Amino acid sequence: MDTYTNIAWVIPLLPLAGFLVITALGRGFRAASVWVGSALSLASFVLSLLVLIERLKPNAVDYNNGFDWIRIGDYTLTIGFEVTNLTALMLVVVTLVGFLVNVYSAGYMKDDERITVFYGYVSLFSFSMLGLVLSDNMLSFYLFWELVGVCSFLLVGFWYARPAARAAAKKAFIVTRIGDAGLFLAILLLFWYMPEHSLSFTMIESVFDHQGGTITAGITTLIALLIFLGAVGKSGQFPLHVWLPDAMEGPTPISALIHAATMVAAGVFLVARTFDIFQASEAAMTTVAYVGAFTAIFAATIALAQNDMKRILAYSTISQLGFMMLALGLGSWTAGIFHLFTHAFFKALLFLGAGSVIHAVHTQNIQEMGGLGKSMRVTAWTFAIGALALSGIPPLSGFWSKDAILTVALEQNPLLFVVGLAAAFCTALYMTRLFVLVFLGKPKAAKASIAGAKESPAVMTAPLIALAALAVIAGFVETPWNGWFASWLSDEAGASHGSALAIVLSIAAGMLGIVSGWLLFGKRRERSGAGFAERMPGLVKLAENKYYIDEGYEAVFVKGLRGLGTALAAFDKYVIGGAVKLAGVCANAAGKLALRLQNGQVQTYSLAAVLGIVVIVIAIIGRRMLS
Amino acid sequence: MLPSYLTMAAILFCIGLYGALAKRNAIIVLLSLELMLNAVNLNLVAFSKYGVVPALTGQIFSIFTITVAAAEAAVAVAILIALFRSRGTVDVEAFDRMRR
Repeated sequence: MDTYTNIAWVIPLLPLAGFLVITALGRGFRAASVWVGSALSLASFVLSLLVLIERLKPNAVDYNNGFDWIRIGDYTLTIGFEVTNLTALMLVVVTLVGFLVNVYSAGYMKDDERITVFYGYVSLFSFSMLGLVLSDNMLSFYLFWELVGVCSFLLVGFWYARPAARAAAKKAFIVTRIGDAGLFLAILLLFWYMPEHSLSFTMIESVFDHQGGTITAGITTLIALLIFLGAVGKSGQFPLHVWLPDAMEGPTPISALIHAATMVAAGVFLVARTFDIFQASEAAMTTVAYVGAFTAIFAATIALAQNDMKRILAYSTISQLGFMMLALGLGSWTAGIFHLFTHAFFKALLFLGAGSVIHAVHTQNIQEMGGLGKSMRVTAWTFAIGALALSGIPPLSGFWSKDAILTVALEQNPLLFVVGLAAAFCTALYMTRLFVLVFLGKPKAAKASIAGAKESPAVMTAPLIALAALAVIAGFVETPWNGWFASWLSDEAGASHGSALAIVLSIAAGMLGIVSGWLLFGKRRERSGAGFAERMPGLVKLAENKYYIDEGYEAVFVKGLRGLGTALAAFDKYVIGGAVKLAGVCANAAGKLALRLQNGQVQTYSLAAVLGIVVIVIAIIGRRMLS
Repeated sequence: MLPSYLTMAAILFCIGLYGALAKRNAIIVLLSLELMLNAVNLNLVAFSKYGVVPALTGQIFSIFTITVAAAEAAVAVAILIALFRSRGTVDVEAFDRMRR
């Protein structure tokens, strides 16, 4: 029996328990919070691994269980969990990276005053992310989707004393919210149009898979595009990518966990989970593919000109997520998930490596660094493995997954294949630039922290080594001559889909990128000091300023909304407020008028009384006389 | 006979009313009040002698009224003297504390 699959619902509850315990203990229990957070994330990882092992058996049946949550009339809302091969894989990725980040943070956040709060938030995030993965219907998925957004907000703004961190947290929250609104509308539409208002993924699959005109093509496209809008927001695709680089203000382990490996991949996961809707709509698929491809090349070119170590990695993440979207849009969701799977490991590795460097030298500017390879050997080697994996150099994992995507692209759409190839070239180029500037050569800034940088403690290097090992081997589950991963994931007999042309070109792009990177930033720089920037100042400036997207948004949306707000505030103040004030003034004037009567002169009062009596008497007598 | 008494009382009452409402000196106001009371007394006595059911009750009642009026006048004058001592005037228009 599937013992562990049946209790998969325990997996998210473990980190939740961790969050509650850590929060209840308070700030005094620093070591305890580290132990509780790490132990519980290890426990949920072990459980996820056991679930995955059960799923590896041939013909494992999807397991779904839950209970009725709300009953309204004859409509029942259920909440439950579902274990499929895809969710089992995601569980393992999330819990594994989560566990390693927990361990790593013990070193990275050692001297932080609020380390217990940090561990609490990380545990809460793990709970939300695992809940998101296990959700069996759109509504609970959406709940957890928002929860991970909140955790991201909290952790990006973790160092809230810094204005930049506060601004970044707000930006992350608000920009992703635009996408969330789209997802919410999609859920409403689904609720409206689905038979029996069902929102469960299994129902969605069966309804859209055998499209018998239950839901019209236009509505299908609309739903798919709205869902994709949610994914665009969460996964940092163009044009909602602007929050992700700013989110690097958070602690580096968070960048690795949330903004590289797990949460940003939730958008890809969402599209993969509701893939049947997308498949039912040609237009939606094309949109996904083109947005993905554009994001991939767009972000990669920005990454070429950035000088902040973490921002380069952030743009790289955006670019790789674009690759995943490209694969999804081309109809090969297994290739997208495969890239998600390998990317989670090598990008987490790169971020943690960057964190190790930042921890040692206390700067993020790569122009100041250099020569760190000698003093930080473990970091440098593991970082190199991650960089090579990202650049797509065989036999590291990134090569296999990127090759899978490029192969699909070559078969379906040569234009997107070329774009993907260019993005792969840029990827290799900027990773080489990053590696050369940070680890090779000599320190460029005379800072004691850079010259005397020491290797990080073992608690930080051990996760690096573990992730490096995974970055090397994770790709072998799916190779051009072995389609095991895709067939396992999609329950379809996988045909090996190797394309010699794609392999050769993708290796060539990676190699070319590394070589030109070496020539541009490595050797040449040492000799003449003249670099890429001097020869193409305009282009570099454009990329350095991120194509002025932020400025554009600032001018159009922020300024526009501010102006609208100011106008509305003026209307509120002068028109509405004026009316209210006028009412007050009128009442006051009436009061003043009435106050005249109250003059304190008893004689006046008695005169009024007498006059009143006279009036009454006249009235009575008059009536008598008339009647 | 009754109408002439009543007319007399009405004239007295009206004079008293006018004095109570229009005069500024508090002493005069007090005197006017007495005038009004006496107009009422005159009515009582007139009705007790020439009314529909003549009886002694009206006259006794008027004696009561005179007694009470005397007591009232004593208290009122005492209050007026106190007021004059504290405020230095007996002008009724000066006594408008109730306004605030």
